[in-house]
Amino acid sequence: MKKTIKFSINGTKVQQEVLPAYLLIDVIRDGLGLRGTKPGCLEGECGACTVLIDGLAVNSCLYLAVNADGKEVTTIEGLISGPDFSLDPVQQAMVDFGAVQCGFCTSGMVMSIKGFYDECVSAQIQPNREQIKKGLEGNLCRCTGYKKIIDAVESLFEEA
Amino acid sequence: MKRDLKIIGKPTRKLDAEARVSGEAVYGHDIVLPNMLHGAILRTKHPTAEILSIDTSKAKALPGVVCVLTADDVDVNNISYKGDHPILKKGEVNCIRDEIAAVAATSREIAAKALALIEVEYKVREGIFDPFAALKKEAPQLNRFASKEQGKNIADSFHYEHGDLQEQKEKSTCVVSQRYTLPRVTHCCMGTSAVTADYSRSTKRLTLYSLSQVPFLFQRDLAKALRMEPSNIRIIQPVIGGGFGSKLDMHPFEPICALLSMQTCRPVQIVFSREEEFIASPTRQPMVIDLTTGADADGKFTFREVKITKDNGAYTSWGATTPFVMMQTFSSLYQIPACRFDSYAVYTNNVFAGSFRGYGNPQATFALERNIDLMAMELGMDKMQIRLLNANFAGEETGQKLHFRSCGHKDALQIVSDKANYKNRQKSNGTGRFRRGIGLASMLHVGGGAKIYPSDGCGTIAKFDDYGYLTIISGASEIGQGSETVLAMIAAEELGVSIEKVRIINSDTDIKPWDVGVHASRTSFIAGNSLLGALSILKIQLSAKAVALLGTDLDDLIFEDDQIRSGRTGKAVKIGKVVRDIHFKQPHELCTASYYYEPDSEYQDGAFKGNVSSAYAFAAQAIEVEVDTYTGNVRVVDVHVAQDVGKILNPLGLAGQIEGGVVMGLGYALTEELIASEGHVRNPNFHNYKLPTASDIPEIHFHPIETSDQEGPYGAKGVSEAPLIPTAAAVANAVSDALGVEIFSLPVTPEKILQALKEKSV
Repeated sequence: MKKTIKFSINGTKVQQEVLPAYLLIDVIRDGLGLRGTKPGCLEGECGACTVLIDGLAVNSCLYLAVNADGKEVTTIEGLISGPDFSLDPVQQAMVDFGAVQCGFCTSGMVMSIKGFYDECVSAQIQPNREQIKKGLEGNLCRCTGYKKIIDAVESLFEEA
Repeated sequence: MKRDLKIIGKPTRKLDAEARVSGEAVYGHDIVLPNMLHGAILRTKHPTAEILSIDTSKAKALPGVVCVLTADDVDVNNISYKGDHPILKKGEVNCIRDEIAAVAATSREIAAKALALIEVEYKVREGIFDPFAALKKEAPQLNRFASKEQGKNIADSFHYEHGDLQEQKEKSTCVVSQRYTLPRVTHCCMGTSAVTADYSRSTKRLTLYSLSQVPFLFQRDLAKALRMEPSNIRIIQPVIGGGFGSKLDMHPFEPICALLSMQTCRPVQIVFSREEEFIASPTRQPMVIDLTTGADADGKFTFREVKITKDNGAYTSWGATTPFVMMQTFSSLYQIPACRFDSYAVYTNNVFAGSFRGYGNPQATFALERNIDLMAMELGMDKMQIRLLNANFAGEETGQKLHFRSCGHKDALQIVSDKANYKNRQKSNGTGRFRRGIGLASMLHVGGGAKIYPSDGCGTIAKFDDYGYLTIISGASEIGQGSETVLAMIAAEELGVSIEKVRIINSDTDIKPWDVGVHASRTSFIAGNSLLGALSILKIQLSAKAVALLGTDLDDLIFEDDQIRSGRTGKAVKIGKVVRDIHFKQPHELCTASYYYEPDSEYQDGAFKGNVSSAYAFAAQAIEVEVDTYTGNVRVVDVHVAQDVGKILNPLGLAGQIEGGVVMGLGYALTEELIASEGHVRNPNFHNYKLPTASDIPEIHFHPIETSDQEGPYGAKGVSEAPLIPTAAAVANAVSDALGVEIFSLPVTPEKILQALKEKSV
């Protein structure tokens, strides 16, 4: 029994026919062809599939697609903006600080950081290094040892 | 002559970082081909059983299923270097990974449904899950394809020796014997295993979008398995979501995917779930190391005697050859007059081991560096002094004939000792609930390739287009480690082209020249030297024309800012212009160069002696821990790493390799273990297999040492396996320092610590 859902993906309104069991990651990757969102474990442990739903970071592998109805979904592709297709400051910091190696965790890592950063800014919190580490706890990375990712996040708050 | 380097040594952003950070990079999971089918593999329910029957009729009848294969449907060769591993299992299964059938269907869901419809009748057999039980006389032969040359259940064995063991034993006033037990851990690449096979009915060629780290060896192995001409197989590597050695072997799912494509003449893709990844991808070798080491009254090391019993699992992989590396550590890390080494890879019915970053060396170094601490305590010597006394030195030729032309071993030990304030931080907090301790360990690893194959070389083709852009076609693959960036930096350094004008092509065996593959920390060293060879040819070509255009001589030319300039007159010409003049005017040539670099290392003799690498990397780590004596929890406070890297090429990439390696080493030390019981994997998920997270990481202080190796590019050595090799040993030594208890197995869990504390207090 498919259901029609309407939601916004990276600022564009879309309509999808989904079964109740469909996961948001499948709609994003297979339905919409946005393959920047990565399937790392499909059980909510690694964070590689993180997207923003109404600005909050969510594992898209644990989120039923029907629940996205009426919401604003942002994926890694949606962080690119402007006439020059510029990187978001989070993405740029990851590049500048050498925080990307194989890159498979990077999409989800960037989306988690984006959610964390926006939350901190709106709550006017300047997180310390330990709080930043806590904020990244839901995202696994096997290459970098996290240090450069943490450095990149710290830099965002220094500039702000 | 010391050159003034402009690019090399400067922090440089990874060339592919933007594509990876923006979701643009195409990984194996992201490939979609027209008319593509989805493949899936049915694995056994029982680790050991006879297969009485397989009924695929219901699966075949399911709409959307295009192909179902079992061993009866295919005519193929076994895989693995021992030829002991059937791609699809027939008549029996011998470990929980075993592939019984495969399907290709129009969607992933249908493929999964089809697997559930395949009916297999098993007759469960008793298995053997302990290598020592498999070595017993009464044990049955576990792999029916095994050669049995070395014993019924021995997949491979290695013997090495040098020096007069008896004489050295007599000299020893301190002899320490200890058994070490090392666990089964796995790579946990964030991208699970994936492959897409595309067989063309018209050309009879097979294209494989494969994540292999060794595409040319993979091409040969796949051809052998499928009984094809290697040249009719084209390997294309998409962006690879982590390797760490897991992709050194060809695994059954890859030829299975190829077979599904060949049977259907349609592209077929297989992507592992995370659970499948934990169960069916390789592990580091679990092993038991029985080590005896000696020292004389002054603390000079006298001998080492080691016997290693490795759990091979049901089939053999390259992992069975890790003794190549382990014996180097036992024979040559610190000066050692006599060494005897024996290792046995023993068949069991466990999941089989593969290769993993460090290739046996983390295990060997754990045992060796723990034993050194035990000897120091017995001799009443300082743990740093005993290491410095025995450290390796430049110019040393070891008993195994490894030649250390440059050597930063002593410096590495000294630097971590100084920077970590080792002397004053030992047993710094003796009695309370939380106790601190500091541990040391060092390591030796190949740093200039490893000649374990008839050639350890890499080919490069470099070509300028008419506009001054340089394309480097390198045999060497990028698996995330940043080698492409290093290659572009080398080109920019040598020819003055801007990095933005350098393109790297290295992912297609139809195009790129041969390379043995990504392993042994060799890529920047070997591919870097290969590129330098190609660039020197281009430079001669460009220089000849530039001399004429600028009216000057060779010594006066400066390659900079995409130009060639006369130092004397300041007159400059753009590289693009020079290339066009060579192309469209006399001598009417293209600026294209091809070069193959073969390192000057030696293929070892039958006794495993010979200078197997062109350079050797050394490192030491000092790790401070705080142990909670109530819970047994270990918190790593501080890690100091000093490593002989030869020469820093890209400091940004280098630090990333060090930090990533150390954290992988901390996981090995403290939390990671793939728990197998009765042949089943009990924790095939990230919830129960504990990788370090951001919250777990300590401060990591990296102190690079530049020994400027004579053979390495700009003096550089291989770096990327080294940082995880001594970590677990240093952690266990630190726990010993903090608590006065000795842990001889990994991971160092709270349970083990509490148990040891309890035993101590009794």
